[in-house]
Amino acid sequence: MALETQDIQARSATTTSSPPSARHFQPEVSKLIDLSRCIGCKACQSACMEWNNLRDAVGSFGGAYTNPPDLSDQSWTVMKFHETDIDGQFAWLIFKDGCLHCSEPGCLKACPSPGAIVQYANGIVDFQQDLCIGCGYCISGCPFNIPRLRREDSRVYKCTLCSDRVAVGLEPACIKSCPTQALSFGSRADMLFQAEHRLTDLHERGFSQAAVYNPPGVGGTHVLFVLPHGDKPEAYGLPRDPQIAPLLALWRSTVARSLGVFTMFSVLVAGILHYMRHGPLEVPGEGGEGTKEGQK
Amino acid sequence: MSGRDEDFLLPDGRIVRHGNRERIVHWAIAIVFIFLFLSGLAMFSPFFFWLSALFGGGQLMRLLHPFCGVALVLLFSPYAFGLRRDNRWTPADANWVRNMFRYMNKSAHFTDTGKYNAGQKLMYWSMVPIIALLFLSGIVLWQPYFAPAFQAPVRRAAGLLHAITAFVMFVGIGVHWYAAYWTKGSIRAMVRGTVTQAWARFHHPGWYRDVTGKNP
Repeated sequence: MALETQDIQARSATTTSSPPSARHFQPEVSKLIDLSRCIGCKACQSACMEWNNLRDAVGSFGGAYTNPPDLSDQSWTVMKFHETDIDGQFAWLIFKDGCLHCSEPGCLKACPSPGAIVQYANGIVDFQQDLCIGCGYCISGCPFNIPRLRREDSRVYKCTLCSDRVAVGLEPACIKSCPTQALSFGSRADMLFQAEHRLTDLHERGFSQAAVYNPPGVGGTHVLFVLPHGDKPEAYGLPRDPQIAPLLALWRSTVARSLGVFTMFSVLVAGILHYMRHGPLEVPGEGGEGTKEGQK
Repeated sequence: MSGRDEDFLLPDGRIVRHGNRERIVHWAIAIVFIFLFLSGLAMFSPFFFWLSALFGGGQLMRLLHPFCGVALVLLFSPYAFGLRRDNRWTPADANWVRNMFRYMNKSAHFTDTGKYNAGQKLMYWSMVPIIALLFLSGIVLWQPYFAPAFQAPVRRAAGLLHAITAFVMFVGIGVHWYAAYWTKGSIRAMVRGTVTQAWARFHHPGWYRDVTGKNP
């Protein structure tokens, strides 16, 4: 772990600072998902299963191409097919669901187990299942409803952005499999630049509302979407303004928790001081528990 | 299971204050509470996460904590129900509360206290709703059985409520422990079950009169 820990910039349930990064140059990475180019072939979904050795249970047909019907501990990315109305016209929106790798991850903030969720210096948010205690707080903490608890081992799983591949200079498995270049991977600066370039194309093609989805409420995400209908993120199943919920922020705030712990210690201190000042409350003349009558 | 029906004068002059069943249940609750307290602290603040080692690691601790919560509710509910009559609020209790700080520095003493004084009643009436809220919010948080049935905003609210009520309970039980230690003879009453007549006359004169038929 020694070298790897130097690449961690945030660690769950850790109040002290993260390990100092002796290795300074670590560019932030991003995955760019251009939904205008996605044909819904699910090659990325298969590649994810292949690389991560995941096999979801065979489900049943639910009236749409979405299969399995939702993310699970065995399906870290799922193609979703939304049938909807946009400006009075039928639209078939294909969406690749999965972890967005927030810059300010709600899961990491919610996690009570030190180091069970880490954020690498390259921006990838990764779950360390050996430290996961299965409380599911990350599931409540996520603004995108991504992490899934595996019942068999009570640990939570989600997209790793192929941190194992990225660590050795490879692109994530889904990127490698995409036949239409809807998926790209690279440094965050490059991906943001490329996204803007794609937007220009889309605007020229008449998608005047096309936009890049990189929500500021969570400090930006390391999975960026180019949305042809950028004014309607909900149509794709994305929240319009995701953020770490205020209730969660209060619950997990260091100040509130420190205040709580401090107050509990204060009760102990107050008891000691009170006893030193006033002594025990005893029956006058009886001397409390030590009397003859009391010892019977 | 408790109350005046069971309190009686022994031939040797001692008074039974807490019957066998009441004492056993009380200490069972105490053990379960300590278990919940330590495991809850571990999940409340990283400062205390090392406590998870006491429970065989974080995974096992997280698994056991909600079952212990259910055990606490199952033990506490009939216990609290049995104590309800002796904890009825009276006008004398309001007077006790007004003079609470004088009682604490021993410059005031009360001659009309029943089986429980107003401080003990406040403890009782705070623990009843607190434990109910902890139980309900704990159900909402309980993975993997019940939590998936609730929306994320409900679970977040439950998490906050669980932490706040647990905090109130920890502080309350801290006061309970200190008050028991401070009032000499009361730990003995809860361990062995009996108190002396002098103790009863001094601390709980109203109860002394009820049990012995003598004026305090």
